[in-house]
Amino acid sequence: MLAAAITIALAAISLAMLLNLWRLLCGPDLPDRILALDTLYINTIALLVLLGIHFDSLVYFEVSLLIAMMGFIGTVVFSKYVLRGDVIE
Amino acid sequence: MTLLLIILFPLLGAALPAVAVRWGRNASAGAAAGVTAIPLALLLFETPRVLAGGTIEAGWRWVPAIGLDLTFRLDGLGFLFALLILGIGLLVILYARYYLSQRDPVGRFYVFLLLFMGAMLGIVLSDNLLLLLVFWELTSLSSFLLIGYWKHHADARQGARMALAITGGGGLALLAGVLLLGHIVGSFELPVVLRSRELIQGSPLYLPMLTLILLGAFTKSAQFPFHFWLPHAMSAPTPVSAYLHSATMVKAGVFLLARLYPVLSGSDAWFYLVSGTGLVTLVFAAYVAMFKHDLKGLLAYSTISHLGLIMLLFGLSTPLAAVAGVFHIINHATFKASLFMAAGIIDHESGSRDMRRLNGLWKYMPHTATLAMVAAASMAGVPLFNGFLSKEMFFTEALELHQTGTLWWIVPAAATLAGVFAVAYSLRFIHDVFFNGEPVDLPRTPHEPPRWMKVPVEILVVLCLLVGIFPAYTVAPLLNVAAGSVLGGPLPEFDLAIWHGFTFPLLMSVVALSGGVLVYFALQYRFNLHMIVQSPSPGRRFYNRGLAWLTGLSEIVTGGLQNGSLQRYLALLVTVILLAGAFPFWQLGWYSGSRSPGMMDGGSGVAWLLLVVSAACTVIWHRQRLLALVFVGVTGLMVSLIFVRFSAPDLALTQILVEVVSIILLLLALYLLPQTTPRESSVTRRMRDAGLAVAAGLGAAGLVWAVLTRPQDTISGFFLEQSVPGGGGSNVVNVILVDFRGFDTFGEIIVLAIAALGIYAMIGGLRVERPALDPARRPWAADSHPLLLRVASRILLPLALMVSVYLLLRGHNEPGGGFIAGLVTAVALITQYLASGIAWTEARLRLDHQRMIGIGVLIAALTGVASWFFGAPFLTSAFAHWHLPVLGELPLASAMIFDLGVYLTVVATTMLMLVTLGKIGAREEV
Repeated sequence: MLAAAITIALAAISLAMLLNLWRLLCGPDLPDRILALDTLYINTIALLVLLGIHFDSLVYFEVSLLIAMMGFIGTVVFSKYVLRGDVIE
Repeated sequence: MTLLLIILFPLLGAALPAVAVRWGRNASAGAAAGVTAIPLALLLFETPRVLAGGTIEAGWRWVPAIGLDLTFRLDGLGFLFALLILGIGLLVILYARYYLSQRDPVGRFYVFLLLFMGAMLGIVLSDNLLLLLVFWELTSLSSFLLIGYWKHHADARQGARMALAITGGGGLALLAGVLLLGHIVGSFELPVVLRSRELIQGSPLYLPMLTLILLGAFTKSAQFPFHFWLPHAMSAPTPVSAYLHSATMVKAGVFLLARLYPVLSGSDAWFYLVSGTGLVTLVFAAYVAMFKHDLKGLLAYSTISHLGLIMLLFGLSTPLAAVAGVFHIINHATFKASLFMAAGIIDHESGSRDMRRLNGLWKYMPHTATLAMVAAASMAGVPLFNGFLSKEMFFTEALELHQTGTLWWIVPAAATLAGVFAVAYSLRFIHDVFFNGEPVDLPRTPHEPPRWMKVPVEILVVLCLLVGIFPAYTVAPLLNVAAGSVLGGPLPEFDLAIWHGFTFPLLMSVVALSGGVLVYFALQYRFNLHMIVQSPSPGRRFYNRGLAWLTGLSEIVTGGLQNGSLQRYLALLVTVILLAGAFPFWQLGWYSGSRSPGMMDGGSGVAWLLLVVSAACTVIWHRQRLLALVFVGVTGLMVSLIFVRFSAPDLALTQILVEVVSIILLLLALYLLPQTTPRESSVTRRMRDAGLAVAAGLGAAGLVWAVLTRPQDTISGFFLEQSVPGGGGSNVVNVILVDFRGFDTFGEIIVLAIAALGIYAMIGGLRVERPALDPARRPWAADSHPLLLRVASRILLPLALMVSVYLLLRGHNEPGGGFIAGLVTAVALITQYLASGIAWTEARLRLDHQRMIGIGVLIAALTGVASWFFGAPFLTSAFAHWHLPVLGELPLASAMIFDLGVYLTVVATTMLMLVTLGKIGAREEV
């Protein structure tokens, strides 16, 4: 049951990542692309957590924890750049 | 141990005078004298053993793989030279105390002098030829510093550079020669080399090896045609000249020949090369010396001439000639050092060294004049002074020559002629300076120098006399052991007496003395010596022309390769990689392995697609820099995902962290740069680059395919097995980083530290104005630090720090480690700068990044050094598993302390780089 759920979820998340890619390519504006990158980070986290459950391994959770933190900071930096130009002021 | 101490005292003690100068010039000179006196005492303590014919040896292993070991020996020859270096060094230190003026930085002078002294001692006490070479180069470097001591004088800088170029070039030739010698013998250890005479002289490589070694010796000892650097080195302070050109620097070449005399000498090639060069130098330099109006110039050419004499003696290859050579080394050192010092006194007290203006100083400084006269008489070879004894031995040997056949008279005639010139220039030194009328508008009224400035000269002059009058009671034992170790066998019979009866050599001496007096007075009164101006030496012209040619050549090569175009470097680099990578394919043919690399699953397929598309988009949109950065972010994320997929969590963590840090860095830089890249390259250029890129990509893919389709039996299996028993940790990646390849990591953090400090040094103080509008010509957002972001970032900080400590502590066994933990900490701290601003953060976070870098590198280094105390090589790790209450089983390895150093360095360098860049655009008020 769990295995089937994970397979379906993995497929869904892969599809979501492809849609992120679509948004990245189309844009049309820079904020759209930054948002697409942020969403891609979140989907990656979901993907890794699912894989962690699937392979029953803690390592995936740790990596996704760091990706969560870095994704947040990456988005913050891009947004700050668009808003203020100077990232550290 | 004594031998090592003798060398280490001046080398390590060199720092003392620089420190002591705070308490005055006397303290500085005293420190230098102390550092010299201790090894001198140590050396004298060994006198009985050396004079009894013993050789003291000591050795430590250093780099046995290339035959370079720290082996030292103290035999008669080494003892003689060490005695000269330390003894005259001590006198020079005393003399320089009074010579240097108030404006000269005394501390620096003594530092250079002691470094030079240590290097010289290293040459004469080395028992390994490679070690000798190391010290040889050190003397070239430290003499460069000494000659260029008055760096505000252009001629001092030029003289220093010339000396370094000539002796350094000779050092390279010597290196090649010594390598050949080591190749012939199979060892660089002197005892082995000295036993292999037949092997060496029978080798077909003997002639090239001999030529190269002689090139090294001739350049160092200023033999014709390389002699011209020595007169230019006279722009150094006189104590330096007295030291370098009497007992030390220029004697290094002579010493080398004496050291290798037992195995190299005796062949025809040796005879013609060494004696020929020596003979030409002897006569030519003595002739030039007569016409020098500068006191030090005269002494310089006289030094060259006497070095030629010693060379000639060694070249003759008879045992007695070698004895005479060693004897003349001693005599020349004593009288030439005292003459240089006397010249320095005259210069110091009268303000001039020009003999056309210095006349009649006898009235003003009779004491100095007397001392100078004794030393000059010795230089001329007048009986009762030490120079006479070795010169008479030289005349005797010149007559004994058989190799020259019917031309037997050439060497004796040339020797007599050089003797005539030597008497003439010695007489000029005395007559032109102390007599011959009145001084001509000197800057100062000459007077006697301070008491203690004369003492070193007095000591040396007394030595000249003692050796000259009672040779058998003074110098004989020293000469016996020194000559014995040069010959490496039984000594010939010789008699160190002043009077040998009416012999042919005595006649030659008489001719030289009377001829010299005649020549001098003829020159002075017939040809008006003061009006003769010599043209500058052709050697210098050749040197300058050669230098200009070399500079031009290197400019052409450098300009052709390095024209500032990064595209060009990259194209060259990729081309070379392509050729190197294609070579094995071309040689072995392309074939695929038997193993199937396996099918790609759906999730990986999506990641692969994202990776390829984002990489392609980066290329397509690379002119819009911000957009390209977004795609770089996607690429980085996907790469880290792929690392996770292939079970490399450490790599994945590092990748994602480095990714974010680079994005911050690039955005910080992008703020200061244009937002778009202009189109600069032509279509053909872009086609070429695209072709190169595709070819390189296909090549890399081909390599990966070739690896993946082969049965995997790689080195990683070894590391996996050794990780726990060898490194005490189960995380192989971390064990490799901090233990197996810890030295690499150590080097890398140092590179990191240098890069961060370099960035700080270059753009630390830079400030730019903020543009009024953003690139799309809209006003900037008003809120510089949004509240939500501030709150979120402050919650994030403790959590992130906890994670990073966790990652650091467990890194040895599970994914993590100093590098990853350091990046997490740095990113968490940088987030505070992002969210709350520089002023707010720096008011609360007082980190001195530069100091932190230093501490980090130091901790790593000390962990490495600590293993020495357990007799293990640098960075050997130890580990244990401790059971602690509350925390449970704690595996502790010394590598974890090393990892702490890595952690601190990474945090500090990352912070320093980002904050330095961040401050450029910052305004003062917040």
